[in-house]
Amino acid sequence: MNKYLLYPGCSMDSSAKAYMESLNSIVEPLDLHLEEIEDWNCCGATEYLGINLIPAYSLIARNLALAAKQTSDTRTVVAPCSACYLNLAKADYYMQERPTLGAKVNEALAAGGLEYKAGTLDVRHLIDVLVYDVGLDAIRKAVTHPLSGLKVAPYMGCMLPRPDYQHRWSDHEHPTELDDLLRALGADVIDYPLTTSCCGGHMTQIGPETAFELIHRLVADADERGAQMMVTVCPMCQMNIDAYQNEMNHFFGTSYHMPILFFTQLMGLAFGKSPEDVGIGVELVSSRNALAHIGVEVPVTQEVTAPRKKEGRLPMPRRWSKHEGKKEAVK
Amino acid sequence: MPQMTDERVRAGMTREEDLSLLHEVSMKTAGVSHLEMCIQCGTCGGSCPVAADMDHTPRMLFAMLRAGMREEVLRSNTPWLCVSCYHCVVRCPQEVHIADVMYTLKGMAIHAKLYTDSTAPHFSQTFVGMVETFGRGYELGLATRHYLRHFPLRLPGMMPMGLGMISKGRMAIVPKKIKHIDQLHAILNRAKELELTS
Repeated sequence: MNKYLLYPGCSMDSSAKAYMESLNSIVEPLDLHLEEIEDWNCCGATEYLGINLIPAYSLIARNLALAAKQTSDTRTVVAPCSACYLNLAKADYYMQERPTLGAKVNEALAAGGLEYKAGTLDVRHLIDVLVYDVGLDAIRKAVTHPLSGLKVAPYMGCMLPRPDYQHRWSDHEHPTELDDLLRALGADVIDYPLTTSCCGGHMTQIGPETAFELIHRLVADADERGAQMMVTVCPMCQMNIDAYQNEMNHFFGTSYHMPILFFTQLMGLAFGKSPEDVGIGVELVSSRNALAHIGVEVPVTQEVTAPRKKEGRLPMPRRWSKHEGKKEAVK
Repeated sequence: MPQMTDERVRAGMTREEDLSLLHEVSMKTAGVSHLEMCIQCGTCGGSCPVAADMDHTPRMLFAMLRAGMREEVLRSNTPWLCVSCYHCVVRCPQEVHIADVMYTLKGMAIHAKLYTDSTAPHFSQTFVGMVETFGRGYELGLATRHYLRHFPLRLPGMMPMGLGMISKGRMAIVPKKIKHIDQLHAILNRAKELELTS
């Protein structure tokens, strides 16, 4: 039995609810026991750190303090979101590396009747415990519907394998954990050198042109290498590549259709769960055609289209962009 | 020490060496920043996926810090464009905590009100405002407020995406709030006092 304290993070019950649903669907076949940290708060994502140092780390450390206080026979915290994982792991590490930071954070925590001794907990990402604790053999045994014939691009993202102060990953730039796991499910894993390149993070919100460029690189490369879908371990990556793909296409004048699913969704499918059980159908770039390759039928959902978009509209000039020259080179 | 200054000026140095800015940034950074160890090799800029859009590469910015160019550094768009991908961090031969230094510089620019483009600082502040109010992120509130303020013209184009997210249950209409929000407020208020005294 593998028991862990779960830090879900804010996106797991909103934009990444498919991640949570699919995670719930695989705990039983893998004999995983996840106990949610009670009354956890947001980790501050990549925003709070850029405003105030002590409050940002105190915000993160409240979660660590609550986890350490929770009576449980485990001291491992599991986070499914890469940004949450990094924030929690980094806070734990920096509070040890700079004891003055640790002391100040604890002084702040004391105002809420809490304390946290850095190093008490092990902070790990979901895929880390699946690959290294549960193990690929156990995963292989649970597979009833191998994903053979499904060509997937394994996308690890950046905040998971880096900066990796705890030395948990096989490599900082080309880690193979996700590849190995997807292969264990029977999927046809393509070579994807951009596996740890950035999806743009919060740039979709504050500098969309920069983000579109990064999203474009990832999607175009996966497409060129023949992937039918990308597979991710992070809600932020999923959101950027899924929800902003349409805008990115509009910006570059391209027409990519690259669905991106969470690795837990594919695990669920391989374990014989139905598409509804693993939250398939809520992605904006539909995975319907891709999943048809492995005989999985996804019910048709109403696609939301832009208002007043009619054929034969007036000939308007194409939207100008500074990447105009690159448009031609793409397709 | 006026005599020493004269010697330096004669030796071709136009300003007295002043590392106070470098040390200030280093001390305000989480962990041990190693900023003083930068050897100006440029691996950071070469590894950066968004360097093309930056005013200065990280290497240039660190040289400017060493030169005490406070205003120029805090006005640079570089920290705001950093996507925290940590490519530079794992490649830096001196193990400088580059991404964390960028966070420090953002904070300093906000406090000194020295940023040029307000989009990113406002986004951070709106996000943090939501987290401080509810204890959790609130995407719909954040997106609406942010787009109305900074990208009103992008809103019509964003409608299909927003509606898609809402209709598929991926964006909550009402925010979630943690149970012990008072405890969180007490912690954050004390933390803010400590921030000022450090």
